[in-house]
Amino acid sequence: MTVVLPQSPSRPALRHRLAERGVDRTLLLVLPGALAVIALFCYPFLYGLQLSFQPASGGVLGAYHAFFSEPFARKSIWQTFSLAIPASLINVGVSVPISYRMRRDFRGKRLLLALLVVPITLGTVLTAEGILEFYGPAGWFNHTLNLLGLASSPVQLTMNYTGVLLSLIISGFPFAYLLTHSYLSGIHPSLEKAASTLGADWWQRFRHITFPLLLPGLMTTFCLSFVMAFAVFPSAMMVGDPDGKTHVISIEAYEAALEHFDYAQGCADAMIMTVLMLVVIVAVTTLRSRLYSGSTGGKG
Amino acid sequence: MSAVLDRPATAAPGTDPDAGRRRIAIKPGAWITWGVLGFFFLNLLGVIVTVLLNSFGSSWFRSWLPGGWTGHWYSDAWSEFSLGQVLWTTVEVTFLVVLISLVLAVPASYALARRDFPGKKLVMGLFVLPILVPPIAYGIPLATVLYKFHLAGSVTGVVLANLVPSIPFVVFTMTPFIEQIDPKIEAAARMCGARTWTVLSRILAPLLLPGMLAAGILVLVRTFGMFELTFLTSGPTSQTLIVTLFSAVNSAGIRSTQSIDAMAVIYTGTMAVLLLIALRFVNPTQLVARSTD
Repeated sequence: MTVVLPQSPSRPALRHRLAERGVDRTLLLVLPGALAVIALFCYPFLYGLQLSFQPASGGVLGAYHAFFSEPFARKSIWQTFSLAIPASLINVGVSVPISYRMRRDFRGKRLLLALLVVPITLGTVLTAEGILEFYGPAGWFNHTLNLLGLASSPVQLTMNYTGVLLSLIISGFPFAYLLTHSYLSGIHPSLEKAASTLGADWWQRFRHITFPLLLPGLMTTFCLSFVMAFAVFPSAMMVGDPDGKTHVISIEAYEAALEHFDYAQGCADAMIMTVLMLVVIVAVTTLRSRLYSGSTGGKG
Repeated sequence: MSAVLDRPATAAPGTDPDAGRRRIAIKPGAWITWGVLGFFFLNLLGVIVTVLLNSFGSSWFRSWLPGGWTGHWYSDAWSEFSLGQVLWTTVEVTFLVVLISLVLAVPASYALARRDFPGKKLVMGLFVLPILVPPIAYGIPLATVLYKFHLAGSVTGVVLANLVPSIPFVVFTMTPFIEQIDPKIEAAARMCGARTWTVLSRILAPLLLPGMLAAGILVLVRTFGMFELTFLTSGPTSQTLIVTLFSAVNSAGIRSTQSIDAMAVIYTGTMAVLLLIALRFVNPTQLVARSTD
C-alpha cells in the first residue's frame, strides 16, 4: 500500500505558506471597511479628478486655467495661506511653553484638559456666532477695552481677517495644546533630570534635551493644525469678509460647485486645494524624517 | 472625574503640602503661562456666555446686560426653524453613522490589529487619507457623485458622506485597543473547543465592548458637530442642527439674532451633555487624535 502525497513534503500547501505571511481568512474582515472607504472616498475623488479635466469650455485644462487666470480666484490661495500659516504657528507656538510648564501633574489638570476640549466640540459655527457677539462693536470685549481706556472707539474685530484668525485660534489652540501635551508627556522626565545633574540650566535642558525630542511631534501637530486651518470654511463665511479679504480657497470651491453648479470647476478647485495642502504636508514630513526618531523613553 | 472633585476636599488650601505647586506661584514664567491660559478661557467664556445671555434677553444694545429677560425666543426658534424635525434628523443621522461605522470598521480593525500581511501599509494609508484630507476638499467631489446617483439631499446621502471620516476614525481608535487584548485568550477558548461564533460572542464581544462604546461616543460627538460634509450633501429635509444654525446665520432675511442664539444654545446644550457622557469613557486627548502619527 503506497501513500500518494498530494504535494512534495518540502513544499507546504499554498494556504499554509500564505498563512505564514499573515494572509488567511481573517483578512476578509478588512474588506467591508476598505470597500466603503474606496467607494465613498477614492471613487468620488477620482471621479472629481476626471471631471475637473472636462470643463464646459476651455479644453482639458480649462477649469485650472480659469482658476489661475482670474485674479480673484488666484488670490484666494494667498488668502488661505495668510490665514492658515499664522494661525497654526500661533497655536503650536503658544502650546509649547504652556504644555512645558504643565508637564508635571497638578491638582485639577484633568479638569483643565476637559475644559480645553469644549471649543473643539463647540464647532466652528457656534464659535463664529459667539465671536460675532463677543468681539462685535457693542460686545463685551470692546466694552472692556473702553472701560480700561485702551480704545476710545470700538475696535473692528469681526467681519474681517482678525475675526477669522480669532476663530481659528479659539477652535485650533486646544487641539494643538492637547496634541503637544500628549507628545510632551511621552518624553521621560529622567532625561531632563540627567541633564540637570550635569549642570544644565532650564534653558539648556529645554533647548538641547526636550525640544529636539519634541520637535517631530510638534511638526505633526503643525501639520494637523494646518490642515484644519487650511480648510476654514464656516467661520470665513460668518465672521470674515467672504467677498474680500477672507475669500479663501474653500469658499471659492464651494461657490463654483454648489452656487454656480459648475461641478467641473468646483472639483478642479478642490483638487488644487488638496495638492497645495499635500505639498505643505510632504514638505513638513520630509523635514521631520531628517530629525531624531527614536525612543523618547516615555510611556507614549 | 470623581477623583478630581474629591482631592481638593481632602487637602485644605492653606496647608497644601505640594511643594511643586507653591513653586509655580513664584516663577514669572508661570504667571505668564497661567495668564495666557486664563485670558484664553476668559475669551472662551465670553463667547459662550454672550450667546447664552442673548438668547434669554428681550433686547440688548449697547449695555453690559440685556434690558429684560424672556424665554420666548426658544419657542420662536422651535417653530421658526422647525427644530423638532431638525433634531429628529440629527438623531437619526448620528445614530445611523455610529452604527454603520462600527459594523464596518470593527472587523477591519480586528484584522489590522491581529495580522501582519503584505500591503498592510497600503490599507493603513487608505484609512489615513480621509482623515488627512480636509472634508471640504473631498466633500465637493463626493457631493457631485451623490448628486449624480440622486442620493444627495436625503438622509441616506448625509449618512454616506459622514461615514467617510467615521470609518477610519473607528479603525484608528479600535486597532490599538484590540492590540492590547491578549490573543492567547482566544487561543485558549479554541483549545477548549469553542467555535468561531462562540469565540466572537462569549470572548471577544465582552472584551471589545468598552472600546466600541468609546469609539461610538467619539463618532457620535464628531458627527453631531460635523458641518462641512452635511452642509454639502444635505437638502431641506435632511439638515442637521449645525447646518440649520449656519443657514439661519448666513442666509438673508429678517431673523432675530436672539432666536438664532436660542438654537445655538440648544446645540451647545446637547453637545455639552454628549461631551459629559463621552468624558466618562474616554481621555480628553483621544478626542483630538486624528491619526496614529
